[in-house]
Amino acid sequence: MHPPALVVRGGEIVDATGARRADVRVVDGEVVEVAAGLDAAGARVLDAGGCVVVPGLVDLHTHLREPGDELAETIESGARAAALGGYTAVVAMPNTEPALDDATVVGSVLARGAHAPCDVVAAAAITKGRRGEELAPMGELHDLGVRVFTDDGFCVADAGVMRRAMEYSRALPGAVVAQHAEDAALARGGHMHEGEWSSRLGIPGRPEAAESVVIARDLELAKLTGARLHVLHLSSAEGVRLVREAKEVGVRVTAEVTPHHLVLTDAACASYDPAFKVHPPLRTSSDVEALRAGLADGTIDAIATDHAPHSPETKDRPFEEAPPGMLGLETALGLVLTELVEPGHLTLADALAALSWRPAAIAGLDDHGGPVGVGALAHLCVIDPSAAWEVDASALASRSRNTPFHGRKLTGRVRHTLLAGEPVVVDGEAQR
Amino acid sequence: MRHLLSVDDLTRADVDGLMELTDSFLEVSRREIAKVPALRGKTVVSLFYEDSTRTRISFETAAKRLSADTMTFGVKGSSHAKGESLRDTVQTIEAMGIDALVVRHQAAGAPHRVADWVDAAVCNAGDGRHEHPTQALLDMYTLRQHLGSLEGARVAIVGDVLNSRVARSDVKALDLLGAAVTLVAPPTLLPSSLAGWPVVVHHDLDDVLPELDVVILLRIQRERQDEGLFPSLREYALRYGLTAERAERLPEHALVMHPGPMNRGVEIDPDVADGPRSTITEQVANGVAVRMAVLFSLLGSGAPVAA
Repeated sequence: MHPPALVVRGGEIVDATGARRADVRVVDGEVVEVAAGLDAAGARVLDAGGCVVVPGLVDLHTHLREPGDELAETIESGARAAALGGYTAVVAMPNTEPALDDATVVGSVLARGAHAPCDVVAAAAITKGRRGEELAPMGELHDLGVRVFTDDGFCVADAGVMRRAMEYSRALPGAVVAQHAEDAALARGGHMHEGEWSSRLGIPGRPEAAESVVIARDLELAKLTGARLHVLHLSSAEGVRLVREAKEVGVRVTAEVTPHHLVLTDAACASYDPAFKVHPPLRTSSDVEALRAGLADGTIDAIATDHAPHSPETKDRPFEEAPPGMLGLETALGLVLTELVEPGHLTLADALAALSWRPAAIAGLDDHGGPVGVGALAHLCVIDPSAAWEVDASALASRSRNTPFHGRKLTGRVRHTLLAGEPVVVDGEAQR
Repeated sequence: MRHLLSVDDLTRADVDGLMELTDSFLEVSRREIAKVPALRGKTVVSLFYEDSTRTRISFETAAKRLSADTMTFGVKGSSHAKGESLRDTVQTIEAMGIDALVVRHQAAGAPHRVADWVDAAVCNAGDGRHEHPTQALLDMYTLRQHLGSLEGARVAIVGDVLNSRVARSDVKALDLLGAAVTLVAPPTLLPSSLAGWPVVVHHDLDDVLPELDVVILLRIQRERQDEGLFPSLREYALRYGLTAERAERLPEHALVMHPGPMNRGVEIDPDVADGPRSTITEQVANGVAVRMAVLFSLLGSGAPVAA
């Protein structure tokens, strides 16, 4: 039995080809017609009046915590949070327990994600057990569809290991080596950005140089090997400068930034609320300015959430004893629209590029992020840019509550999300 | 005063008021029966997640001299060892019906979090590398006894400022009372940023000593050498230890303070620690009276102290 045809009616389409006012007809998961004033007789209608209709968002950096920490998040709960945030695909990070470093574990995550309300693809570890020593079976994992390799949470410290991983990845089409750029020796014992606030608060710091020394080294390795490098959660002005200069000389590097690094500074840690603890840490207002500039000029390719759920039992501890990480999937779009697009730091089209089609390209997700056109899979997100709402930690679909944005007023929210034509979110409500 | 979490919570008038209260409690402490009924019926719990002898006993003595009921929750043999969270622990203790929590914790800001979770008054007895406000108050009280006023006093704090909660509280309190503060330490033992700190920095102790009214020495923890913050305790003592010879560079009237516990022969020579300039035992004695003043301010009725 075929599901009924569906018409997304009354919105303005914005995708990589530009903006236009048109309705979208979806049959059997595919876009079959894009035109103004479509006849919706016999079809289910999703109202998009006053809304923008865009390719589903793609998150390059999601911690789904399954297997290992299902108290914090599961593939299902995380995928539901993603759908509510407008995402139709997420790249699940491999720092699970056990780590996503072999075909069996990756296969089980993909199987559990196959029926989730958002496409779940796996990033896999660069090294066995994320120990930074021996390479994981990157080729076998590539055969399973893995394109992003990272030991995220840990930085690959050994330059020789990083070099070999990058060299090896060149034989794997579409593969990219992604680094959590924080030098462990420089960051050791630190819990927030090292600077004026850490000195005042008596919280040991992680210096900016912990990030930039690794980025500088990895860019040299990218030159040496010719491999693709992706810099995860870029957080510092110096990191932006290094990536910009490398791109100018043709190094194959991409970079992402999180909404929290674009919006918050280390001053937020003065509350000692561990909701503001994250690695790399929240930095200064001049870093925030540099990250915004880097996003606007294309140095930074993507906005990624680093959605990192922690159950209240583990997160609600004194700052220095709490694990790092914050939720992101359900607040990313609203924050970007409210804090970057509305004040004019970023155009809507550039914001959507960074949230959808550029991350899709980095992760090799050919079905996602493409223009809304006939024949495309209907992975769509319908955004009401004028919807005002307030973040309520207790109302999130994530199993965890560790958002630093509780109580923040945002403008712009997901109204509907379509996953291969299936309305998984309708009028802001998850359908499954 | 609802809580005492940081010297930032205090105005100069607050400090003056606490000093006056300390005067009267110091008088109580000297009586044959060193006890007043000011906090009778109140319960004060000491919650210590770090080993501490002097601060814990000082607070307990202070509470007992005010006739409060006291309990101590030490980290050893407690639910913490069974994995109970700080939040669960303080909420359990509060459910027993208590009036104040005196908190010592290895993490900066832990007492601030506790204050968010409970209705009881919270007094910070030292949080990580952040603050130790009652130590600062007793240091200020001791200095006032000797100098009268701290206005314009030249004070050096020497040693591991980076890791010292005493230094953070003392700098704020000294600034509040009008003293001029110099930090003396190797660069590795100073915070990476001193923006907003009302201090000047020197790396050479010998240059600074002749200009001082007060030198406050900080404890050097042996594990800092293992972290590579300085080459050896011997080299630290050579460059920053207050030897008897070095102490002669101080003006005649200058005082030497140490919050304890001391590493004799490292940051301070025994001859200096036990010499006439040293206020170290006075600091301990004043500590009880200062903590009586703090607990009374947090829990007292506001009525004058019973004579």
